[in-house]
Amino acid sequence: MGTSANKRTIGFSAGFPEENEALPFAEHSKRSVFRVHNTLGWITPAILIAGWELTARARLVDSSLFSSPAQIAAELWKITLNGELLSHLEATSLRVLAGFAIGVSAATVLGALTGYSGTARRLLDPLLQSLRSIPSMAWVPLFLLWLGIGESSKISLIALGAFFPVYLNLMNGVRNVDRKLVEAGLANGFRGFALAKAVILPASLPAYLTGLRQGLSVGWMFVVAAEIMGASRGLGYLLIDGQATGRPAIMMSSVILFAICGKLSDGVIATLSERWLYWQDVYRT
Amino acid sequence: MLRLENITKRFSNGTLALETINLEVAPQTIVSIVGASGSGKSTLLRMISGLEVPSTGQLSWNGQPIQRSQRKISFIFQEPRLMPWLKVSHNVRLGLGPSPDREDEKLVTEAIAKVGLERFAHALPRELSGGMAQRVAIARALVARPSLVLLDEPFSALDAFNRLKLQNHLLKIWAIDRTTLLVVTHDVEEALVFSDRVIVLTGQPGRISEDFFISLPRPRRRTDPEFQAWKQAILDAFDPSLLNESETLGEKSYASGH
Repeated sequence: MGTSANKRTIGFSAGFPEENEALPFAEHSKRSVFRVHNTLGWITPAILIAGWELTARARLVDSSLFSSPAQIAAELWKITLNGELLSHLEATSLRVLAGFAIGVSAATVLGALTGYSGTARRLLDPLLQSLRSIPSMAWVPLFLLWLGIGESSKISLIALGAFFPVYLNLMNGVRNVDRKLVEAGLANGFRGFALAKAVILPASLPAYLTGLRQGLSVGWMFVVAAEIMGASRGLGYLLIDGQATGRPAIMMSSVILFAICGKLSDGVIATLSERWLYWQDVYRT
Repeated sequence: MLRLENITKRFSNGTLALETINLEVAPQTIVSIVGASGSGKSTLLRMISGLEVPSTGQLSWNGQPIQRSQRKISFIFQEPRLMPWLKVSHNVRLGLGPSPDREDEKLVTEAIAKVGLERFAHALPRELSGGMAQRVAIARALVARPSLVLLDEPFSALDAFNRLKLQNHLLKIWAIDRTTLLVVTHDVEEALVFSDRVIVLTGQPGRISEDFFISLPRPRRRTDPEFQAWKQAILDAFDPSLLNESETLGEKSYASGH
């Protein structure tokens, strides 16, 4: 005991104490923790579905208006087998993907530009902010007029929806980069594009990724509006078709599929965010 | 040789921060600038580094006017200012500027070794203690083998133990490299431990009120009577109003910068 107490005293005065400490990594249990998190996320929907099914079976709700999970599952199974589901999913996903890609590309260029350059911001931001306040449905007749009823108008509407959250988050992310980090870059000779690449863009990555997540979720919202305005395929079409033919199970299937698709695509960006922002010194629960 | 001629700095809000600063810093020396908060000492350093532009006057390094940051002049800030997304080695590499050469890679390894952080070359800034992070900042400043290093209160954010350690560490590095160091501090003892010269900035706008050439041999002991006499002489050069305040508060705490 005496020896170990002695050792500690000598160790402290011999050098930097923190050098003798292990790296505060906590990587070992990350995977198992991740699995538990994912499992926890299923508990609430599972309870809700079970309660909903029980309510339906006890005939507490009118099943012609409010289909039970079993009816919805049966309907989904039917359209899966006849290939209808895949066709609708494909059409909607491609529209969201194309619209999102276009919206994000434009937002990335303009957001970075207006964030970085005061002149560009003063020149472009007031116009873009005023366009942002136009409700999505107000664009529908105009897009139909300009681009016709085909894919272009739908993709453009989704692109427009995805654009603003990404633009706004990136612009603010770039504008709010810590001045001290920028100065450290400047003091080491980084300027212009080199400064943007080494300091400003990595520092604004968290805001950009938040924008991407918001943009994607708006993209999924806008695809409904886009498909309602006239489509022969897609989850939005499925919804309208269910309404026209009086099949609530189809309408609810469509809504649930939107939720699943939105969640899955958001999960992709959330996972990428976790991977790319591993360096953040944030409090995690 | 660093030369400042008639430097004045007026901020855009009209505040005059510095007035008529004339200064020459000889190569391979350590010069400290001390002064109370608001005396413009950090502004002076930021102008030399190119982070701020003087309103009037000329700044030159080895006869060449200083316009923007250059590789031969590096800066150590009060905080480490490490890029949180870069490993220690990549943070140090930033000191080589935007387009380092391939052969510069060994300079990075050398600089990390110089501050004793070889084991942490792949660690992220969030995994470092305050003292270690500041050592990375020192490595980043030294990696390009600058001729002049500007230090803006480099140890003031550290605890007393780490401050002493890092001061000694920097002096050891200096004894080998003999890089010119210009240190801004509000800690008179720190200035005395380091410097060949201590310059006192006083007033608002700041002006050079005293220029002490410190003849104490190195290593310097803070408890030596001669060291204490120098300290008193420097403190006496501060504004009388500040001195009165320090006497009220207790001179020791004032002198150590707290």
